[in-house]
Amino acid sequence: MGKEEKQFDELSPNVQANGYRVVGTRPVRPDGIEKVTGKANFGADCELPGMLTGVVVRSPHAHAKILSIDTTRAMKLKGVKAVVTSADFPEIGPKQRGAGEAPVSFRDMSRNVMARDKALYDGHTVAAVAATTPAIAEKAASLIEVKYKVLPYVLDAREAMKSKAPVLHKDVFTKGVDPRPKKASNVTQRFEFGMGDIDAGFAEADVIVDHDFTAQCVHQGYIEPHACVANTTQDGMATVWCSTQGQFMVRNYCATVCGMDISKVRVLPAEIGGGFGGKTVVYLEPLAIVLSQKAGKPVKVVMNREDVFRATGPTSGGHAYCRIGAKKDGTLVAGELTMEYEAGAFAGSPVHLGCMTGFAPYVIPNSKSVGFDVVVNRPKAAAYRAPGAPVAAFAVESALDLLAKKLNMDPIALREKNAATEGTKAAYGPKFQKIGYVETLEAAKNHPHYSAPLGPNQGRGVASGFWFNIGGESSAAVHVNEDGTVEVVTANPDIGGSRASMGIMAAEVLGIDVSRVKPLITDTASSAYSALTGGSRVTFAVGQMVCVACDKVIVQLRERAAKIWDVEVDDVEWVAGSAVNRKSGKGETLSLAEIANVAGKTGGPISGQSSSDVQGAGPGFGTHICDVEVDPETGRSTVIRYTAIQDVGTAIHPSYVEGQLQGGAAQGIGWALNEEYIYDANGCLENGGFLDYRMPVASDLPMIDTVVVEVPNPNHRFGVRGVGEVPIVPPLAAVANAVSAAADVRMADLPISPPRLLAAIDGK
Amino acid sequence: MAKHHVNTTINGDQTEFLCDTEQTLLDCLRDELGLTGSKEGCSSGDCGACSVTVDGRLVCSCLVLGIEADGAEIGTIEGIAEDDDLHPLQKHFLKEAALQCGICTPGFIVAAKSLLEHNPDPTETEMRFWLAGNLCRCTGYDKIIKAVTSAAAEMRGE
Repeated sequence: MGKEEKQFDELSPNVQANGYRVVGTRPVRPDGIEKVTGKANFGADCELPGMLTGVVVRSPHAHAKILSIDTTRAMKLKGVKAVVTSADFPEIGPKQRGAGEAPVSFRDMSRNVMARDKALYDGHTVAAVAATTPAIAEKAASLIEVKYKVLPYVLDAREAMKSKAPVLHKDVFTKGVDPRPKKASNVTQRFEFGMGDIDAGFAEADVIVDHDFTAQCVHQGYIEPHACVANTTQDGMATVWCSTQGQFMVRNYCATVCGMDISKVRVLPAEIGGGFGGKTVVYLEPLAIVLSQKAGKPVKVVMNREDVFRATGPTSGGHAYCRIGAKKDGTLVAGELTMEYEAGAFAGSPVHLGCMTGFAPYVIPNSKSVGFDVVVNRPKAAAYRAPGAPVAAFAVESALDLLAKKLNMDPIALREKNAATEGTKAAYGPKFQKIGYVETLEAAKNHPHYSAPLGPNQGRGVASGFWFNIGGESSAAVHVNEDGTVEVVTANPDIGGSRASMGIMAAEVLGIDVSRVKPLITDTASSAYSALTGGSRVTFAVGQMVCVACDKVIVQLRERAAKIWDVEVDDVEWVAGSAVNRKSGKGETLSLAEIANVAGKTGGPISGQSSSDVQGAGPGFGTHICDVEVDPETGRSTVIRYTAIQDVGTAIHPSYVEGQLQGGAAQGIGWALNEEYIYDANGCLENGGFLDYRMPVASDLPMIDTVVVEVPNPNHRFGVRGVGEVPIVPPLAAVANAVSAAADVRMADLPISPPRLLAAIDGK
Repeated sequence: MAKHHVNTTINGDQTEFLCDTEQTLLDCLRDELGLTGSKEGCSSGDCGACSVTVDGRLVCSCLVLGIEADGAEIGTIEGIAEDDDLHPLQKHFLKEAALQCGICTPGFIVAAKSLLEHNPDPTETEMRFWLAGNLCRCTGYDKIIKAVTSAAAEMRGE
């Protein structure tokens, strides 16, 4: 028995208070040792014989017409094997191939992967080159001559909505307005959600608060830059190794952008060094495929950090206006939210999700949320943890803080009074099933943090947040090995410990020790389809498929035992990892391993597979408490105490659940206090590096306390809701409310950087 | 231009490699020697994912040239575990779930080992400032601090 297995055994007790044997324990993750010893292979670690290096040529302009691209000098350089431009990719029309999840415009995707006609943002790819060494590839890239006609640019959503703003796309006419506009504009779509009559609602309000808010565009900030290797053969096959949140997504998107059959593309996912939604699209993979096709050799392309900031992610910045009306006792009667989000260069900001989530935690009889998706000369927005929700919650939860002050009411009491519960019709449509929002508020109120004394220049903020969580198309296979160990094969990249939760759930269902289960993540050729890792769906939806596949294995194990004992299968029960003979009356048992040992003589391999479009995800709610100390001399805000509370349904591996809460809180703190894209006078990114794009470091943060509330989701075998996204929703307002209290001035524009806070204090 | 012939010691083993003048130590470790445990997150010395030691001093290997390894003793993540035994830091990172995606983990372990060699009993603040050169985007640092704290206690024999 290896060392890793011993550790698993020591950490696996028998049945616990929660009624489970393995669910809720904290075994060492199955992929842990590789990751603490440097042996794990991430995107950039793949190496093939004869591999070339690819380098991308990017637009130095925010908005420019591409007049010509001359690759002659680059191709003449010794060692250069291929150059690609938009001429090497098929023109993709508006007709779309289904992408499994949200609708995707492959026309836009193709034009984001490689600019055609126009460069739409600083960093937009215009060409790529492959050569025998990185130095030659870099040199060749500098020899590609691109002639541009520089055009006026626009970066801000409200500026881009003005009639005189430069228009990015001549063929974009605002959807969702009647009549359809005759003039092209940067507003791609107007969304509206709500219920009741807000005019009547505000008319009956005793107290009304309203405020404008802004949040800046921020990056997901994963530490691993995008990286891939593509190898193609003359029969039209392409094999891609890459860091991604979804190997099937990469397969579909590459096949479409490169004009190939899906069956000609195989994608092998590397370990992924963070994604947070930012690795749910393709950037380099189609370039590497076409470079490899032209060069006849494998090609590796890796972004540097500046490329990552300039051309990937980010999430939308934008504006929000929020108005809330309440009765004197704090009962909410009306809510209005209007938001304009920057989509980047192509349609598709998450503004509709912001509209749906902002008021979701509350019972408000009259509400209206309107959102505008606005294209601007920034990189195309990608998903970032609860996309759209944090900025909406920043506006709503800040407005609630204003309301609580105006009513002289405790902010948690105000939220408790209006909290959505089972049966509440959510502001975005459906009725909630069992949810645990109130439980998070109770936990917050009773937490010692909430009554801890505050010192001078310190303030406390509270905010809540909501995320839908999703299910979706998922697959899992469970194979019993000859010695009774079990392989759990799924096709969803493990972005934060999901292998551990797959292993735990399989061990629980099968009734065996978790050390006997080996969870594996496999490639597109070795599993049925599974939608990408995102939406907090993997432990819920893929986990459900693991459970069903284990059920199928148990049926087979009982059949084999029945055959061995010569009884009917109904006479065999599966109890705690063993078949029990109920017919003989002697209680004979056969363990999983004993049945596995003779599988070859009783019918062959024992294996279960399950694929389904899993429904019934459980909505998640969180409440965060934040204490901040403000330095009135410098304007610096320091988070001195932080508590994240969340209803997670059931925590399969509590350590990784806590880790999600802590990590989401830290990202939200960065968003609130430091992070922003800064552009120069030409619309080019000025802070495309970790020195100037200031993400929180260890010395910026305190310990982050967590309270894991468990109100099980009735639609999952073990009650899982999904965890990863809710924790980034409350922090923006929790931090802003704390700073506003500490400095006694409302901070409604993010980030609350020292100069901005100092100006606000001085302006009091 | 001819490549440089570098003689060095990596994780206690005599090693030689050829490199170009402009290649960083990180490039040499990863591309010439296949030691891919050191990661490139920024190539500007801001993220610490490429942390190694040169003659016992903690550095970002992306800010050191490959030729500077000549005659030096280099320590990388691949040399932290002794044969079959994990280092206490590695054990406690696993036990405390101090990693999520794991890309920053090699750098954190190399940096934390260097910290504990300088200061076997650091306060939380000392840990946070020493590790401020290592970025982690997943964990919020909480469990990393706990792992280093418990590893330090084990190494002190507590």
